Formats: sequence, structure tokens, C-alpha cells
Amino acid sequence: MTDYSYTLLIPLIPFVVFVITGLFGMKWKPIVSGVMGTAGLAISFVLSLLAGYQYFFASAVESYPTIIPFNWLWLSLTDTLQIQMGVLLDPISVMMLVVVTTISLMVHIYSLGYMKGEKGFERFYAFLSLFTFSMLGLVLSTNIFEMFVFYELVGACSYLLIGFYYEKPSAIAAMKKAFIVTRFADLGFLIGILILSFYTNTFDFEKLTQPGSDIYHNIAGLSFMGISALSWAMGLVFAGAAGKSAMFPFHIWLPDAMEGPTPVSALIHAATMVVAGVFTVARLFPVYYFHTPDVLIFIGYVGGFTSLFAAVIAITQYDIKRILAYSTLSQIGYMMVGLGVSGYGGEAGLGYMAGMFHLFTHAMFKALLFLTAGAIIHAVHSNYMQDMGGLRKYLPITHITFLAAALAISGIPPFAGFFSKDEILAAAYHSNKLLFYTEYITAGITSFYIFRLYFGVFWGKNRKYEHKPHEAPLNMTIPLIFLALASTFVGFIPFHNLISPDLKPFATESEPVLITASVLIGLLGIAGAWVLYKKENDMPEKIANWLGGLYTTTYHKFYIDEIYMFITKKILFNLVARPIAWFDRHIVDGTMMGIGAMTVAVSDKIKRFQSGEMQQYAFVYVAGAILFVLTFLYYFAG
Amino acid sequence: MIHGLTIYHFLTVSTLMFFIGVTGFIIRQNLITILLSVELILNSVVINFLVFNRFLYPDQLQGHFFSLFIIGIAAAEASIAIALIINIYRRIHNINADNVNEMKY
Repeated sequence: MTDYSYTLLIPLIPFVVFVITGLFGMKWKPIVSGVMGTAGLAISFVLSLLAGYQYFFASAVESYPTIIPFNWLWLSLTDTLQIQMGVLLDPISVMMLVVVTTISLMVHIYSLGYMKGEKGFERFYAFLSLFTFSMLGLVLSTNIFEMFVFYELVGACSYLLIGFYYEKPSAIAAMKKAFIVTRFADLGFLIGILILSFYTNTFDFEKLTQPGSDIYHNIAGLSFMGISALSWAMGLVFAGAAGKSAMFPFHIWLPDAMEGPTPVSALIHAATMVVAGVFTVARLFPVYYFHTPDVLIFIGYVGGFTSLFAAVIAITQYDIKRILAYSTLSQIGYMMVGLGVSGYGGEAGLGYMAGMFHLFTHAMFKALLFLTAGAIIHAVHSNYMQDMGGLRKYLPITHITFLAAALAISGIPPFAGFFSKDEILAAAYHSNKLLFYTEYITAGITSFYIFRLYFGVFWGKNRKYEHKPHEAPLNMTIPLIFLALASTFVGFIPFHNLISPDLKPFATESEPVLITASVLIGLLGIAGAWVLYKKENDMPEKIANWLGGLYTTTYHKFYIDEIYMFITKKILFNLVARPIAWFDRHIVDGTMMGIGAMTVAVSDKIKRFQSGEMQQYAFVYVAGAILFVLTFLYYFAG
Repeated sequence: MIHGLTIYHFLTVSTLMFFIGVTGFIIRQNLITILLSVELILNSVVINFLVFNRFLYPDQLQGHFFSLFIIGIAAAEASIAIALIINIYRRIHNINADNVNEMKY
């Protein structure tokens, strides 16, 4: 048995780095914090690779074990209610370790160039370290409560980093929005956890996900509003996951989160934190599959809807980071669909495996897309496609790496996205045709919008730039090249040997028809983008005019933000908050003020008794004494 | 024992003294006179102590000792009162009780 206790160091090193740079970073030169953060993460990265190698490849096994090398009793509330902090290793958490540390390391290196000279450079690195720690803690959680704690921590880091440019009002608005929306969703998560653990008496993933365990007999048969209590619990847990993963209708925070620095968008809002929801569903997959299949298919539908919906919006946007944000939504939807249509055991677990596989490949190519977007923004000082065009001559490395990522997300072989996306489509094809067609259409739209972006930025019109755009420095291009290589080759990793719901390797067979179909729709999307955007022409505008209201609605993101504003401002504020505020101000405060005013008025009247006239006091005293004596005599002496 | 005088005679005198003192305390304006009224009240109480001791418990001495205490305390009180009155006079140049009413709400 291999000793895995060193895995504890993987999250702890970034935490220590965070504490040191957070406390002392301001006293040193900024670059010290940057180098420290990067070096610390490099150690974590090496350890993660080691863990991945040892876990998956060092020994041939029938089924992958679930290992808990470290479990510290944190809160011992009662004999049954105990909360641990620990490290749990199983295929998905080891895979996530590799993903998080890889992307985080690339982002750390990239930021050395991208954030150079920014105010708050050391603060940025401290937060990055804190985020990496939280995310690693999240994926290594041994119990659902520990996971909730880290959920909140990554949410807080996301909040801090979105608002990194805290002098910009739009960044402040975006950070508040992200925090409030995800908090609202986390409320559901917490309630779900409470229901679940109340009836099962445990928080541990190991016990919860044990197939055929009898801990659910307490909850069986209970129902609320026609839906079983366990479905409510798992549905609410999914609500939290949907908040983090920005599934419809909680997706509104993610596009706004692009106000943060671009490396943050790459790390948190594309590759790692936003897949926390997918990870949660995958972690609890046996519970969903065996006990609440209704919720599982609901997750699939939410994912499918979000992926189509976000892809359509992405076509019409001009801010390159927003396009990528909607693309992220869409791809996370894919992962949810993969999980939603999956079965358990053997080949039925294809969807689960594909969802995780897509998470892995998506992390690589989406981080790459964001980092190249950062390089583009770095070069032209604008986020908008209208200000770009013909950049391939100026930014050759960025151009090639972007192309690799774009081909990967479009699902063109042999790039990584092809393998994972194809497997999700295959899984959907065999269990749910509706979701299959949704995702199939989305695949076409995906390649269309990403190549619209590609042609619009790197080809299109040759514009004159005020400053000649220049290629990014070496510390920015090295991560790009690394991730481009990853995006090209990680698809060949035999994921079906590594990850499955029942932890046993299984074989997949390729289906030529499906593969051909999915490649064809990808190529179709690229061809469409080629025709419309390769050379500047007025076709896109004509089509937009022809679509009229449909285009405008899409351009305004289906007015979801406006609907939220309407519900919160017009309905909640006017109908609920205002009357309550009035009640508080007039009735509750009024009572207290009335009591105070009455005391003042009475005291104003009776204070005259204290006149300062000594003889008056004496008179009153004597008169009272005489009266008392007379009364006494009258009643008792008579 | 003085012949022909009973406890009632003594008590009548002391009661008269007491109420004269109380009345004087309330109606007189001059602070010195008020102080004299207080002395009257105290002395009426001293008489009471002595009379009750003499007529009711002739073989005991508590009443006598209390009388001596009261006389001593009355002397101390008179000296403090007069010191206060002198200070008041220095401030407002009269010793009229109506003018000494600063200590109010």
C-alpha cells in the first residue's frame, strides 16, 4: 500500500504561502510574492502529478480504492454528529488535483507577466494562493460539510478577485452580484446538507455514496409537496452546485465576473471553481443514481438547456471575455448532461466518465482561451471585437495557441475536446434522445461562435492600431504553449480506464457514425464562421437585421438580468421590503420612541417637586409624618 | 424628684418645644433662626430621653448617655451649620433661606 500522506501538503503549501504573502507581501518588493506563490504552487503541482501517477499508473488494480490518508476530527458536537477535516483520494479527486494545480501553476506563471506593475500585485498573488488552497481543499473533502466550508471559501476568493480592481464601479457591482447569487444558491446547498445528514446521521461521502447502504431507510417514504424528501435534499444540493457552476437560472453572475483580471477569469471562472458544481454532482453521483434518479435527469435537462441557451447568447456578444464566459456556461452544461444521462457500472457509466473527461479537457482549452484572450487584451488594450482584426501578423504565438484551443472546443480530432465531447454525445444518444439533439446542435453553435471570435480577432479587417500590438513576454507565452500542447494531446489519455462511477475500469467502443456526425457539425460551424467573418463583409449585419427582434433579444441575453432586476426591484423591494421597512420604522420604532417620549414628558412634569426650597421639603415631610400618625391613631388606637 | 410634677408635665413641655421648633424650622427665613429651631427640636428630644429614663426605668442610665450623645452631636452640627451659613453669607451677602435654592432639578 502506497503512503499518500504527502497529499496533505498539496493544499497546505498554497495556504502557507497565502499567510506569508498576505501578511508580509506589502513590505517586500511585489515580485517576491509572485515568485513565492509560483514556487509554492510548483511544489504542489509536482506532488499532484506524483499522486496522480502513483494512484492511476503505479499499480494495476481491479478497481480503484478510496483512500483517506488523513482525517482530523474537527468538530465533535455529539457522538453521532462529528465533522472531520481530511483528505480523500479517489479517481475524481486525484484528477481534480492535477487539473487545479496545472491550471493554477500556468496562471501563476502567466500573471507574472500579465499583472506586472499592477497596483496590488502581491495582494493578487496572496488571493490566488488562497483560492488554490480552497479549491484543493474542496476536491479533497472527505465529507459534505467540509466541502461546504470550502465552497464558501472559494466563493469568497472569487468575490475578492472579481473585485480586484476595486476602484471600478462595474467591478464592485460584479463582485457583489457574484457573491449574492452564489450565496443564495449556497443556502439551498446548506439546507440540502442539513436534510440529508439529519436523516442519515452522517456527513461522510464514503457512507453516503456506498451503493446499497441502509442509511437512507429513515428518509424513505417521507415526502413534501409530492416530491420525496431525499429528492428535495439532493435537489437543493444541486441548487448549490448550480450556483457555483452558473447553471441556468443562476448563470447571471458568471458573465459579469469577467470584470476581474483575465488570469483570474481563466483560473476561477473557466477552469476550476465553476466546475465545482459538476464535481459535487459527480461526488454524490451514486446517491443521485440509486436514490433520486428524478433529480439526476433534472440535472441533465438543466445542463442541456443551459448549454444551448448560453451558446446562442455567445454568438451575439462582442466582448471577447464575455463570449468565453458564455462558452464556459455552455461547456459546463455539457458536463452536467454527461452526468445526467449516465448509468452506473460498466459501460453504462460512460456519461459519468465523459463528463469528468470533458471537465479535464475543458479546463485545459478554456484556460488557454482565456489566457490568449488576456494576451490579446494586453496587446490592443480593449475587450471588444470591434477594436480587433488582423492580429495574426502581430501575435503569431497567441494566434497558433488560440487556434489549437478553438479546434479543441469545436471537437475537431485529434484535439482534446473531440474525445470528451464525442463521448458525452454518445452517452446521451443511448439514453436520452432529446438531450442528444440539444447537445448536438449546441456543438455546431459552439464551433460557430468560437470561430467567429477567431476570425474576427485574427483575420477580418486589417485595422490601424495606435500602438503596434506586440507579442506577449516569454512568461506569458510559455503557459500558452504548454496549455496548447495539453489541449492537443490530453484527449489521448484513456479516461475510461481511470474514471468510472463504480471505480472499475471499463472498455468503450467507438461508434463511427456518431463520430462522423459530431465532426461534421463542428466543421459546419467552422465553415459558417469562415463564410461570415473571414473577410469583413456586411453579411452578418444583414442576417442580424433579418432576424430583427430575435437578434436583439439574444444580444440582450434574453433579458434574464432585466427579469432578475424586475423581480428584485419591483416585486421584492416594493411589495415585500418596503412594507416591512415601513412597519419597522413606524410600528416597532414608534413603540419604542413613544415609551421614551412618555418618560420624558412625565419627568418634565414631576421634576418641579425638587424645588431646592429646603423648608418646603421639611414641610412636606412633617405634614406627611403627621398624616401618617393621625391615620395610624384613627385605625388602630380607637 | 420634684414634688407635684408628673411625667405629663415634662412631656407637655417637650412636646411644645418640639412643635415650636418644627414650626420655626418651616416658617422662619433666617438661617440662624432655623438653626436655633433645630436646637429646640433636639433639646425637646433630650428632655424626653431624660424623663422616660427617670420616671420609667430609674435604675438604668441609657437615657442619660443618649442625652449626652445628642448634646455632643448637636454641638458638632451647630458648628458645621454655622460654617455653612458663613460661607453662604460670603457668596450672596445674606442668609435668607429663600435665596438658597440652587440645588434643584
